[in-house]
Amino acid sequence: MEFLDERFKLREIQKLEGHSDRVWSLAWNPATGVAGVPYLFASCSGDKTVRIWEESLTTGSWNCKAVLDETHTRTVRSCAWSPSGNLLATVSFDATTAIWENVGGDYECVSTLEGHENEVKSISWNASGSLIATCGRDKTVWIWEVQPGHEYECVAVLQGHTQDVKMVQWHPTMDVLFSCSYDNSIKIWADDGDDDNWTCVQTLDEPNNGHSSTVWALSFNSSGDKMVSSSDDLTLKIWGTDLARMQSSEGYTPWRHLCTISGYHDRTIFSVHWSREGIIASGAADDAIRFFVENSDKDGLVDGPMYKLLLKEEKAHEMDVNSVQWSPGEKRLLASASDDGTIKVWELAPVAPS
Amino acid sequence: MTLGLINANPVVHAKKERVARTEDPHGDDDAVDPLEIYDILFYLKVLLNFEDPEHPYSLEQLSVLSEESITVDDKLGRILITFTPTIQHCSMATVIGLCLRVKLKHYFPPHYKVDIKVSPGSHANEDSVNKQLNDKERVAAALENPNICQLVDECLYSNEL
Repeated sequence: MEFLDERFKLREIQKLEGHSDRVWSLAWNPATGVAGVPYLFASCSGDKTVRIWEESLTTGSWNCKAVLDETHTRTVRSCAWSPSGNLLATVSFDATTAIWENVGGDYECVSTLEGHENEVKSISWNASGSLIATCGRDKTVWIWEVQPGHEYECVAVLQGHTQDVKMVQWHPTMDVLFSCSYDNSIKIWADDGDDDNWTCVQTLDEPNNGHSSTVWALSFNSSGDKMVSSSDDLTLKIWGTDLARMQSSEGYTPWRHLCTISGYHDRTIFSVHWSREGIIASGAADDAIRFFVENSDKDGLVDGPMYKLLLKEEKAHEMDVNSVQWSPGEKRLLASASDDGTIKVWELAPVAPS
Repeated sequence: MTLGLINANPVVHAKKERVARTEDPHGDDDAVDPLEIYDILFYLKVLLNFEDPEHPYSLEQLSVLSEESITVDDKLGRILITFTPTIQHCSMATVIGLCLRVKLKHYFPPHYKVDIKVSPGSHANEDSVNKQLNDKERVAAALENPNICQLVDECLYSNEL
């Protein structure tokens, strides 16, 4: 799809209020927004609760369907749905991960994963839903195997980062795990196929054109051959690999730096998310949301793909933007979460030619 | 709490004469006046010795803050505080930074962005202290930690002694 010739506007659909503290993160249920199933996402907050929000099919307005409280005793930092959308995992500064099951619209905590020494900061499900990764201030990344009967067995504790680990994210098609940290690096972890022997296969750090400060988030494009990372160094970095070669018998193919997007956000970039159709959204401590697309005009480009600003929303929130997430399904919806305690649902729509 | 004994014999400076101000310090608009911040922070007292809670020192007396250490960009809504820890290895630096942040949070509109740093060359681990003081996730986690919270509360509470 060609975005550069189209002009876009960002329309605020609704501001969702309910959390009584900063909203750290949100996650769209991947099984919603298609085939008549109403859109639904979860948000989590410094108020120690998780809220479930659903779009009404009749009015199009968003309502809070459930508040998940009395389980986490401290900030709920991050949340993620299993690929089927049946389970929600939430991680907290209380050192635990909770697994919630949706039973007819009621959310029941069916399992609690303990093991991290202190704050857990991020959770990710792999593509098949068979593995969970968590990370935290104890500098470790844990991999848990999903077993029948809501049992979760820790199969690996990965040590390598020298500071707290801010985020974990599985590759969208392969069981390769990515983690990013306060130590300014991104680490890539893979199983050598020999009985859960997970090792760090690559480190993307400053000597490899990596970030010069905390890496807060990363996201993959739909095909999984490119990745974008966001940092306290005020840049976004695009990384690429040769996926065909990776999946052939040649084995692991390293990721390499393709380009750096700088000069836009002027405070920490907390969140970045790549849409299925190729639009990168970023949210930062400058209260702004920005959108970038690949510049398909390759003439004269010798340094690989370049990206350009598609649109910016300067005062997207009254305070820091902590999370931006594209919706699944048919619409081009984006949800953003902020220190101002609100969540906003936006639609990115082309401006009708006049 | 042994933290209090880290610098048991600090150099204590004389209190400066403050110029009396005629205008209402809170004004009639939202603009933030650097003087307002001086007034709030200069008299912020810290207990350097928790076994001697009757004798807190103000940050002014300890020369932790000077008038030049506070800059405000009202248009952008940004405040930068640069403070000087009492000694090069002062592990109270992060606690003082947290106190400054908590104290300011109570006074200014929430959309103000506050950056807190130690002054250049004033601390052996300058970069790591600065990074920690401005990582809001670490700040949030620290302020949920009962021990750290108690420490900050004691520092702030001592204002009222």
